[in-house]
Amino acid sequence: MIDFINLYLVPGLTIGSVYALGAVGISMIFGILRFAHFAHGDLMTIGAYGVLTAVWFIPLHPLLLLPFGMALAIVAALAVDQFFYKPLRKLPTIYTVIASFGVALIFRSLAQLFWSSGNQVFIPGVRPPLVLFDTFRISALHAQAIILTVVIAVALHFFLTRSKLGRAMRAVSDEPELAAVAGLDTERVVRWTWVIGAALAATAGVFAGMDTSMHPNLGWNLLLAMFAAAVLGGIGKPMGAIAGGLIIGIAEETATYTWLSDEPLISPSYKSAVAFFIMVALLLFRPQGLFKGRLL
Amino acid sequence: MSALLSVQGLTAGYGGVPIIEDIDLDVAEHEIAVIIGPNGAGKSTLLKTVFALTSRISGSVKFIDRDITALKTAQLVPLGISAVPQSRNVFPTLSVDENLDVGTYAAPPGDKQAVRETVLELFPDLKDKLDQPAGELSGGQRQMVAMGRALMSEPKLLLLDEPTAGLSPAYLEIIFDLLLDIRKRGVTILMVEQNAKQALRIADTGHVLVSGKNFVSGTGEALLADDAVRRSFLGGAAT
Amino acid sequence: MELTGLFFYLVSVLIAGGIYAVLCLALNVQWGMGGLFNAGIAGFFAVGAYASAIVTTAVSERHLGGFDLPIPFGLAAAMLVAGVTGWAVAKICVRLKSDYLAMASVGIAEILRLVIVNESWLTNGSLGISGVPRPFGDMVRGREADLLYLAMVWLCVLCVYILCQRLYVSPWGRTLRAIRDNEDSARAAGKDVDWFRLQTFVIGCAIMGLAGGLSAHYFKFLSPSATEPLLVTFLVWVMLMAGGSGNNRGAIIGALAIWLLWSATEIFTNRLPPEWITRSSYIRMLFVGLLLQFVLQRFRSGLIPEKSPEIRSD
Ligand SMILES: Nc1ncnc2c1ncn2[C@@H]1O[C@H](COP(=O)(O)OP(=O)(O)O)[C@@H](O)[C@H]1O
Ligand SMILES: [Mg+2]
Repeated sequence: MIDFINLYLVPGLTIGSVYALGAVGISMIFGILRFAHFAHGDLMTIGAYGVLTAVWFIPLHPLLLLPFGMALAIVAALAVDQFFYKPLRKLPTIYTVIASFGVALIFRSLAQLFWSSGNQVFIPGVRPPLVLFDTFRISALHAQAIILTVVIAVALHFFLTRSKLGRAMRAVSDEPELAAVAGLDTERVVRWTWVIGAALAATAGVFAGMDTSMHPNLGWNLLLAMFAAAVLGGIGKPMGAIAGGLIIGIAEETATYTWLSDEPLISPSYKSAVAFFIMVALLLFRPQGLFKGRLL
Repeated sequence: MSALLSVQGLTAGYGGVPIIEDIDLDVAEHEIAVIIGPNGAGKSTLLKTVFALTSRISGSVKFIDRDITALKTAQLVPLGISAVPQSRNVFPTLSVDENLDVGTYAAPPGDKQAVRETVLELFPDLKDKLDQPAGELSGGQRQMVAMGRALMSEPKLLLLDEPTAGLSPAYLEIIFDLLLDIRKRGVTILMVEQNAKQALRIADTGHVLVSGKNFVSGTGEALLADDAVRRSFLGGAAT
Repeated sequence: MELTGLFFYLVSVLIAGGIYAVLCLALNVQWGMGGLFNAGIAGFFAVGAYASAIVTTAVSERHLGGFDLPIPFGLAAAMLVAGVTGWAVAKICVRLKSDYLAMASVGIAEILRLVIVNESWLTNGSLGISGVPRPFGDMVRGREADLLYLAMVWLCVLCVYILCQRLYVSPWGRTLRAIRDNEDSARAAGKDVDWFRLQTFVIGCAIMGLAGGLSAHYFKFLSPSATEPLLVTFLVWVMLMAGGSGNNRGAIIGALAIWLLWSATEIFTNRLPPEWITRSSYIRMLFVGLLLQFVLQRFRSGLIPEKSPEIRSD
């Protein structure tokens, strides 16, 4: 049992936190701009490289240098929105999907050009895990990821329900035309959506990169699970996306547990297929997700 | 007295195809002006064009002597114009309270709390629904949320597109009474109505729109008395 | 010598260009005619490549095989297996709306990749399959073989083009475009929208499988890392957008134009200072990414636009 917690549940929650933070942006962008942002994974990569670079120059813990990665991701997101997505706003959104597919490639090739195509680490060396109650083990990184995600979720909840900007975001996501009629500046809302989405993407990217290692495909490889998380939580429901991310993460990890026999239920090499099947099943049978998100 | 809203030679439509043509229309301060006409006549299109939601081809719109023709939709609320679209006029996942709150975001600075109280006085039904998502309310209550939201910015002019569409006759009375009440508070109303007879009774002026053109305008009473209007638009058509 | 070198370089570019033209025609069936977003092109391409390789290679204990069949059987198997894979996928996913289908198709490509990497008994995993035969491989060798292969690839392009063109003008194709342009009214007119979509998806996937088979016999070796999957998928999309989606000739011209451009940038990036040369492929990828943005914004109907005016609404 304790093995299940230490080896499956906690890693599941950790990778789930990464998915959750990434999926918030995907869900918000889907809600407000109405397209599936295929470059979101690579935006995470860019943000994480921003932090990695800061680590080279400033001898501090990577998490303290998060603002550098966030800033880089925010600038990147606002730039591609301005130059590549905004000109296509009046067209059917599938064109923006195609554009974001291209932006994914642009981000990735920039990452390969400026950093390297190989693996890099944030902090060299191995750290012993924290041991609680003699048997419960958790690495500092996993604890940080989970705690920070919870903090962000709470903050996001208050932001969306209490602040003027958060309510305006939900209004635009609900009914964009009515939001304009009510005098809301939709472009401003769009900009803030990118800012928040990119900042959280950078955070997710750093956790993902610290958990394994940093490489240019880091974010793209997480994209599918983040889409699944956004769909599971209900499109346009950032809080749902957080829950969805955690569920997908736990589902992926625990699917490899020895549930029925001594063999893992699903071979670990097929782990990433779990998210896909959850996503497709949802899209077919409950496209509004768990929390009544929007239908396309 | 100069008009609060003055529409001149307005031609507009969707994607360059004109739906309304060469419309002239004046709305005086403190009046209730009603636009009636058959389905598909372009009534909604006319209101949407004032609100910069269609593609305008020619003509101009003036609001208190200011040319607002080229303004964007979101710029109109701060000037003192609010609108309630015909459909999808509430934010369904936002609570009633949040819907009203969103109405103040673009308003000129003022005492938001006092306005909220006034609006809730007008729509007392909403008082115990404040925390419910607007999407879960009945049609009549949704209409009240929508009008309430529009009033939260303290507009001088309120545009309403079929505020009684789909409502029961009982609600219809309530809404029309409310409109008189709102006007009493100094708000000018320009609205589109399907229930032409009742609407013209409370209207100061009426405009009949047919196939995108201004067919006839006059006071409410005059239109009610007009034979041609009665035969074509008020007889069996008053549904 | 210089000149013959250049000539055969051009031959190799045209062979690959032809394979891309087949892929682009396939995507044109799915997206151009059917409005189905497929971001998993590389997956079906790989399935076809492996199918053809397994059917035509000699016995090997490293992977399934030993059928040693002639190449036409290999290509037929490529189309069949990719088509059946496409059918299984379409059975589940074809009802999904545009963005959702795009998301699902990325997942499908990923799962196909996982199967290829992990099922060693089938594909020899990451080590790959070698000794994939070339047509007439025992009669002609070297550069002459390339010329022969060029002819074969473009014969395939021609056949696929004729097929696609027939599909396009047929009543079937017209219905398909009606569905693409306005799904609801097509449904209201009593068309079985899902069935049409399923057929479209399967036909497109089968053709992508053919392209995979052609590439396996060209390179004679096959491994999961032989191609960057995202790059293949992406290049095909750029080709179709640039050529003119909905138009079969546009698809071929687009494939050729973009592939020539891609190859030409290779010549250019090879002249970069040595410290940049290792990064040249990233510069080229960046360039194609930017090219797509240009096409989407300024050049949306492509080199040869679809003839019937495109009326597409959300
Ligand atoms: N968004 C739109 N795009 C294209 N045509 C529209 C749109 N909205 C309305 N129309 C067309 O404009 C005409 C007038 O519609 P509308 O102004 O809604 O009429 P009314 O409100 O008088 O019933 C109709 O023929 C309708 O088909
Ligand atoms: Mg109307």
